[in-house]
Amino acid sequence: MATDQQKRCSCSPDPGAPSNGWCATSRPTGEIRTAPRTVTPADRLDHLLARLGWKRSGHRVEPGLYRLGTPTAGSDVFASANYTLSFDALRSALAGIDAWILVLDTHGINVWCAAGKGTFGTDELVRRITAADLARVVSHRRIIVPQLGAPGVSAQEVARQSGFAVEFGPVRARDLPRYLKDHTATMAMRKVEFPVVDRLILAPVELVAALPLFLVAIALWFLAGPMAAGAAVATILAGTVLFPVLLPFIPTRDFSTKGFILGGIVALPFVYAFATNAALPVWARGLSALTVFLFMTAVVSYLALNFTGSTTFTSRTGVKREIFRYVPLLAVMAGAGLVGGIALGVSRLFGVL
Amino acid sequence: MLNSYTETSLHYDPDRCINCGRCTQVCPHAVFEHGPDRVELAHPAACMECGACALNCPVKAIIVQSGVGCAWAMIRAALRGKDMDSECSCGGDDDTCCG
Ligand code: SF4
Ligand code: SF4
Repeated sequence: MATDQQKRCSCSPDPGAPSNGWCATSRPTGEIRTAPRTVTPADRLDHLLARLGWKRSGHRVEPGLYRLGTPTAGSDVFASANYTLSFDALRSALAGIDAWILVLDTHGINVWCAAGKGTFGTDELVRRITAADLARVVSHRRIIVPQLGAPGVSAQEVARQSGFAVEFGPVRARDLPRYLKDHTATMAMRKVEFPVVDRLILAPVELVAALPLFLVAIALWFLAGPMAAGAAVATILAGTVLFPVLLPFIPTRDFSTKGFILGGIVALPFVYAFATNAALPVWARGLSALTVFLFMTAVVSYLALNFTGSTTFTSRTGVKREIFRYVPLLAVMAGAGLVGGIALGVSRLFGVL
Repeated sequence: MLNSYTETSLHYDPDRCINCGRCTQVCPHAVFEHGPDRVELAHPAACMECGACALNCPVKAIIVQSGVGCAWAMIRAALRGKDMDSECSCGGDDDTCCG
């Protein structure tokens, strides 16, 4: 049940629970801050670092109520997350508009992910409305919440507890000026897309997360030669950069099978190179070609499956089904590849090759 | 075959619907469409189980097992012998799921 969401996540803000520092909810205060209109070069640097995954949770804005321009008691109130990228997207979208921004404490996580975890949620929203004394600051009783916050925010609960009517704004902040004309969102404004820019933006984080794998490539260089190292690098790049970019164009719906197909294609030149390596006896050519194929397809497939968590359209039921369907097979493939690799390594060690 | 995403845990009870339209506002994948007397479940397979509709339906006409489809967290849970459904990857520094 959706209402169980907050309980399910160990990191949901629970004032009664002992906080471990990272999950600590900062104490709400009634002061009103001023949000600068312009996004500075320093902000842009911060956005870049956030994209690169530098200090994942370090890109925070102080939670609480902000003034953008010179809002009055009749101005709109917008809810946002205390992640610099979310907050800055909102204040840039509202260029020339005087408004109030209520920043929730989502521990530096964007609205969408925080809503899924329940930190951008009913309780935190009500708590911030109360703490900021919003009912005194504005004369109306409406608050515009980004649509992607809806998995955590129950409009009727917020209304019941705070008296504020939640209005779900468009998915993307940049559509706000159009939305504000008549406070209705078109179908297109309500739909989440996953365009190539968004997919590419995730690549640096995936790549940084895969950095340890490059050590494997270096180790392979010494153990098995430059070709094996090249295969390892190609595998990592295929799984972390190529896969997200090519996602919609690779056949089949399942991510694991998409990864298998991509891995197979990327493996082809290496399979060919090993299979035609004149320096090796025939059996070793076959075995090395098979090994490289098994490894590359299994690893790219696995990295592809892991990308489901970053997409905007995979259901948990489906991902679970994928795991049961393919992970055992992938493990067997990788295991077989490992045995092949060890056999080759041992033969080399004993001078058979 | 090769499509694990044909079924989801989304359940809609049209008899309860009061046609308030909330679900069509919050759904990021246009799973529900407006109808004359009640909304219609137009694209059930597009549902990503975010839970927004169920949480915002005033008459509980929608039930869905919501959760993040993060393979990495679920595999990790399975390997540790934990329940895959109760595991929630919590955006710590090592969270690889969402940024
Ligand atoms: S759970 Fe989310 S994606 Fe599925 S129908 Fe409801 S709002 Fe749409
Ligand atoms: S939110 Fe519930 S009551 Fe309202 S239209 Fe959707 S299903 Fe019907």
